[in-house]
Amino acid sequence: MEEFLWVSFLVSLLAAGVRLATPLFFAALGGITNELSGVLNIGLEGMMVAGTFGAYIGALLSGSEWGGALGGMLAGGLLGLLFAFLSITLGGDQVVLGTGLNIFALGLTSFFFRSMYKAGISQFVPSFQAWNVPLLSDIPIIGQIFFRQVPLVYMAYMLIPTATLILYKTTWGLELRCCGEHPRAAETVGIDVIKMRYFALVLSGMLAGLGGTFLSLGQISAFTEGLVSGRGFIALAAVIFGRWRPPNVALACLLFGVADALQLRLQGFGLPIRYEFLLMFPYLLTLITFILFVNRGDAPAALGKPYPER
Amino acid sequence: MPAPLLEMRQIVKSFGSLRANDRIDFEVRAGETHALLGENGAGKTTLMNILYGLYQPDSGEIYWKGEKITLHSPRDAIRHRIGMIHQHLMLVPNLTVLENVLVGLRSPKAPLLPVRETLSRLEDFAVQYGLSVDPARKVKELPLGLQQRVEILKALFRGADLLILDEPTAVLSPLEVEELFAVLKNLVSKGVSIIFISHKLDEVLRISDRITVLRQGKRIGTLEAGHATREILTEMMVGRSIALDRSFPKGAAAQPILELKNVSLIRPKVGRILKNISLTLHRGEILGVAGIDGNGQEELADVVCGLIPYSEGQMLIEGCPVLNPTPQKMKAAGLGYVPADRQRVGLVRNFSVAHNLVLKSLDDPPFNAYGFVQEKVVRLNAQQMIAEFDIRATDPLQPVEQLSGGNQQKVILGRELKLATRLLVAVHPTRGLDVGATESVRRFLYSQKERGVGILLISADLDELLAMSDRIAVMFRGEILGIVPGERAFLPAISRMMLGEHLEAVVQ
Repeated sequence: MEEFLWVSFLVSLLAAGVRLATPLFFAALGGITNELSGVLNIGLEGMMVAGTFGAYIGALLSGSEWGGALGGMLAGGLLGLLFAFLSITLGGDQVVLGTGLNIFALGLTSFFFRSMYKAGISQFVPSFQAWNVPLLSDIPIIGQIFFRQVPLVYMAYMLIPTATLILYKTTWGLELRCCGEHPRAAETVGIDVIKMRYFALVLSGMLAGLGGTFLSLGQISAFTEGLVSGRGFIALAAVIFGRWRPPNVALACLLFGVADALQLRLQGFGLPIRYEFLLMFPYLLTLITFILFVNRGDAPAALGKPYPER
Repeated sequence: MPAPLLEMRQIVKSFGSLRANDRIDFEVRAGETHALLGENGAGKTTLMNILYGLYQPDSGEIYWKGEKITLHSPRDAIRHRIGMIHQHLMLVPNLTVLENVLVGLRSPKAPLLPVRETLSRLEDFAVQYGLSVDPARKVKELPLGLQQRVEILKALFRGADLLILDEPTAVLSPLEVEELFAVLKNLVSKGVSIIFISHKLDEVLRISDRITVLRQGKRIGTLEAGHATREILTEMMVGRSIALDRSFPKGAAAQPILELKNVSLIRPKVGRILKNISLTLHRGEILGVAGIDGNGQEELADVVCGLIPYSEGQMLIEGCPVLNPTPQKMKAAGLGYVPADRQRVGLVRNFSVAHNLVLKSLDDPPFNAYGFVQEKVVRLNAQQMIAEFDIRATDPLQPVEQLSGGNQQKVILGRELKLATRLLVAVHPTRGLDVGATESVRRFLYSQKERGVGILLISADLDELLAMSDRIAVMFRGEILGIVPGERAFLPAISRMMLGEHLEAVVQ
């Protein structure tokens, strides 16, 4: 009996971990893309924030959760475009801009939200519902963990091999990585570095926006402020932890997701620790990751450097 | 006579107030090797960057195979089958040879990379042109000679009727230069035309069919290599005649100033950077250190200057052991240091000439009183040194980054020569300088020797070492393989030691 309880606890922990890892993974995949192109994007957090709100508005207007996903990606993509203009065309400092973008996204969404709802409570909108994959969801344990999720989670699964293929096996992926390693060399073989980086940032914004969508339409069916609360930074840590390779980054996201799920469950156990300490757990893990892995040296060589140099 | 392969007419390009190219005419015939010769800043690279689409000319026309063309980007140049090997190689160190060759190419298997097709084409090229290199290796693991080969492969893969090589021999060892020349001859025999940019007269005379000389952005003239001599070319380059490669009188006192005994430098995970270095530098001696870049020469300089603590061994100055040397201790012992990277290490680029000249003496009187910098003294000192070292600055307070490379080097030399009462360590002191500046830097070093200062001269330029050094030590992978007299007769021995043969083996 005791054993059965443990198994069902673990299954529900891991299933929740997968769910919580998904928004991280979308944003992290965006982070991989823009970092491989040579742009450091601290603004992932802000792009996710824009995504949560864009998704809410999209769902509200279209009456469908997929319309919401479109809205989330649009909002994130627009922010990516803004970031690209400021950092690439105007040559601004990427760290400063990214930080600014985060504050901007928070402020802007709060502004719109509060002017729409004086009471600060949003309407409910259509959200993603769990969909059991036929056959696969019937596999004991595995099925319960991985295949009784919302459709966006399955999309994330498919993106792992697809993104790896695109980034590491196609001409476009090679050109993208060349821009991040040695932009001048890229230019001498005829690659348009500026266009490449613009594209990478918009794509990154759209993916982070999809991550935001998951937060407002995949877990709850509404918008509240503070839904993202640092997940963009956790995604950034996952990119570094996973060494810019989608499968490894996915595992890193899963680790953070499970840590988050564990922390939520421990709160319910009535342990003699204040719950604030438990809340800290995933962020602490992020911090440790940064300390251990940030200087390993296989980051794209031109990461964070404006091009053309000025 | 058929139309030339390439004709550039009246090319003008300005950067701010500087006219880098002033109405330059330049032509290349099919199948020839055409050298573009000139001092640094003469406008060679600018002209070639225009030809490769990296810069747009302010005015002028380019005719390619008889037709007028406009090159907006390297993509256009590549489309016209013009290839370029840049002075600073345009390779991605973290990618493999294969990936570097492939990047930017259209793939027959789009969107996937044509890995297998490329591998077999690479094999063809290896056979056809004698250009073999392991495609699976990462570029950063290859020596510079092989990296350059990858660049040539890259250009050939894109299809090149004309190959531009910008200072291709600057980073190569003598043997690698021979290999490069063999490859170039092979390419010409297969119908490729070549533009060879250089400021080294011997190489230009050896490899080219015709030579065009640029000076200060203007074309001075074009001549057949058969009609050219070193003297004619120098005068065209510099505008006056200069005694070339003059050797300085040699000889030194027998009194040791600096002794290294079995000094080693070990880095965790990397291994031994310096292996049992033993050498003695005497009063008034110039000890040259030869070697291909990256064989521990710069670390040796850093160790002697107290910038890196050595792991094993002993260092003595005038017979007294120096324990835990630091830059401060070494400065106090009378050491001056001319670092390899003058822009990043030697100077604070946006500080004035005057402040850079006293950078190491800001704590000492008379430049400092009660903790305040004595600006007047600093400026006065600068005026004196500007005159003494012939530094071309408009004002002592001009930021040093506005000076030319040669004048920046003179600022460092001025500062360090004042400090070097016993010992001077100079690393690549004339690298990247033109003939005139090189000459004056060498003269300043020599005057220091005459005053009895011992000089450790680290250089990649064998001609410079042979002209200046009393003795030459050759380094290979952190080891000194032998020390020979600084005479031209030892050049073959030095070249072989640079590639890893021990002195004993070379002598036999």
